[in-house]
Amino acid sequence: MAATPAAPLATQATTHSGGYAVDPRIRPIEWLPWVAAIAVYFVAPSYLPLGSYILILMLFALSLDLILGYAGIITLGHTAYFGLGAYAAGILAKFVTADPFIGLAVAAVTAGVFGLLTGAVILRTQGLTLLMLTLAITSICYEVANKATDWTGGADGLSGITMDPVLGAFRFDLFGKTAYVYTLVFLFVGWWLVRRLIYSPFGASLTGIRENPVRMHAVGAPVYRRLVVVYGISAAIAGVAGALLTQTTQFVGLKVLGFELSGDLLVMLILGGVGRIYGAFVGPLIYLLAQDLLAKQYPEYWYFWIGALLVVIVLFAPGGVLGLVDSLRARYRRWRAP
Amino acid sequence: MNVALATRALCKRFGALTVADNIDFRLEAGARHALIGPNGAGKTTFVNMLTGRIPPSSGSILLGADEITRASQSDRVKLGLGRTFQINTLFRNLTVLDNVALAVAERTGVGAAMMRVASRQRTVVEEGMALLASLGLADDARQPVTGLPYGKQRLVEIAIALGLRPKVLLLDEPAAGVPSLESHRILEVLETLPNDIAILIIEHDMDLVFRFAKRITVLAQGAVLAEGTVDEIRHDPRVRQVYLGEEH
Repeated sequence: MAATPAAPLATQATTHSGGYAVDPRIRPIEWLPWVAAIAVYFVAPSYLPLGSYILILMLFALSLDLILGYAGIITLGHTAYFGLGAYAAGILAKFVTADPFIGLAVAAVTAGVFGLLTGAVILRTQGLTLLMLTLAITSICYEVANKATDWTGGADGLSGITMDPVLGAFRFDLFGKTAYVYTLVFLFVGWWLVRRLIYSPFGASLTGIRENPVRMHAVGAPVYRRLVVVYGISAAIAGVAGALLTQTTQFVGLKVLGFELSGDLLVMLILGGVGRIYGAFVGPLIYLLAQDLLAKQYPEYWYFWIGALLVVIVLFAPGGVLGLVDSLRARYRRWRAP
Repeated sequence: MNVALATRALCKRFGALTVADNIDFRLEAGARHALIGPNGAGKTTFVNMLTGRIPPSSGSILLGADEITRASQSDRVKLGLGRTFQINTLFRNLTVLDNVALAVAERTGVGAAMMRVASRQRTVVEEGMALLASLGLADDARQPVTGLPYGKQRLVEIAIALGLRPKVLLLDEPAAGVPSLESHRILEVLETLPNDIAILIIEHDMDLVFRFAKRITVLAQGAVLAEGTVDEIRHDPRVRQVYLGEEH
């Protein structure tokens, strides 16, 4: 029997589950974040340093979404790879070469290999054990960075990093223009890669593993191997995000390996919507803008409002902001239906 | 007759508890064989050992000429061993087509491809659709699988297993929980399965067993109690006593 071409599911307008029954083409609305990001460059130049930081955390959140949202790997230690990438780029720039592209490549490889090695160990476990092991890994990395003061600067952080101009022409300026564009370009590359993976057969198998690992074993999928591979890819992307932070701020502090950042990242992703690609864009944007505004209004207890926002989201929109959008769209369609 | 699947002295112990006790079993090529037994007889444990989900304590398993006792689940599937589950074990939030296509993709080696687009894998999508059409599920292909009636979900279970093109298919209670009207449909589907697939069905519905199977093995307390044709089992007093009830 000849197959009819797979039609996209209405419910997958923003969820981006991938699979064999969806239209993989980029929809017009998917260009909106990029248009908005370019518009920020011209409209709000004073916000470019904050904008760069948001873009970096978007890339970091995207790497987390790949393993948490699509492969179902629960982690509280993704900063291990972010931090490793950040330190790798910083140490390389300070002691070997200040070329930013080489720095990103080294950070990606270092974090990716570390992700593969640690993933090969911890992904034999699941549930709370896995969660604890991810925490343990990032704690170990934190302590190593804290003690290796000759290389990392320890608690004082790694300073004195000066990056070469991008492509030999664009210096990292004080206003953050180069940093913003540079970061945006690599966020785009990361987004393209993650989107491509999600819509691939590999991505479909990850969703299958998230949905039902027992069944994936029963259809002959090498579940463990797939999880280790995606964990390594995710770690590499997180490493690039960390390296971008180092290169754009020219400083690495121990905070990049801290548990607090892991927790914040998870909150951002839940806020935006887990397993939706663009949840990784919406979450950090809302979180960091809210943090920026609330910290000015309520410097002492701004985190209270972030907590309140999270409680509201979890109670009333468990799929995050994008889940809420999906739900409202579905309601609207039902209302419009005859 | 060629043997599609065999076990030799297969045992499984959990501490002092023996749940599979020296099971010698043969499934001929193309067979329609049923495994029955009262609750707790060790049927599902036996199937889980065959598929590699739990390792046996001792004994061996042969799939055709291949010794698979220590093989991984995925290797057994690649060698031609497919299964369905007693309780629906579907990819609940995925479409019906995705459920089947995932199996086809793994069998055809497409499942690990990172830079291809899943929905443009025509061979996978077409084969998935053809399978669904053969089971009367083509119209449901793009629906979330949870939206289907339970009987149809059981058919999706079978479709996933068939997507693996197994030489041996283990059906663990394919009609469990299905209303009698829909269980007839499941039987119809089972009867149309290709003759070159050896089928072992584990089922409590005796009508379905007697209509479908040509041979029956009875397990009781983890051991083989009896084996024979449908008539032999029907008239075996030991089977009547432990399983079927004296009134049969």
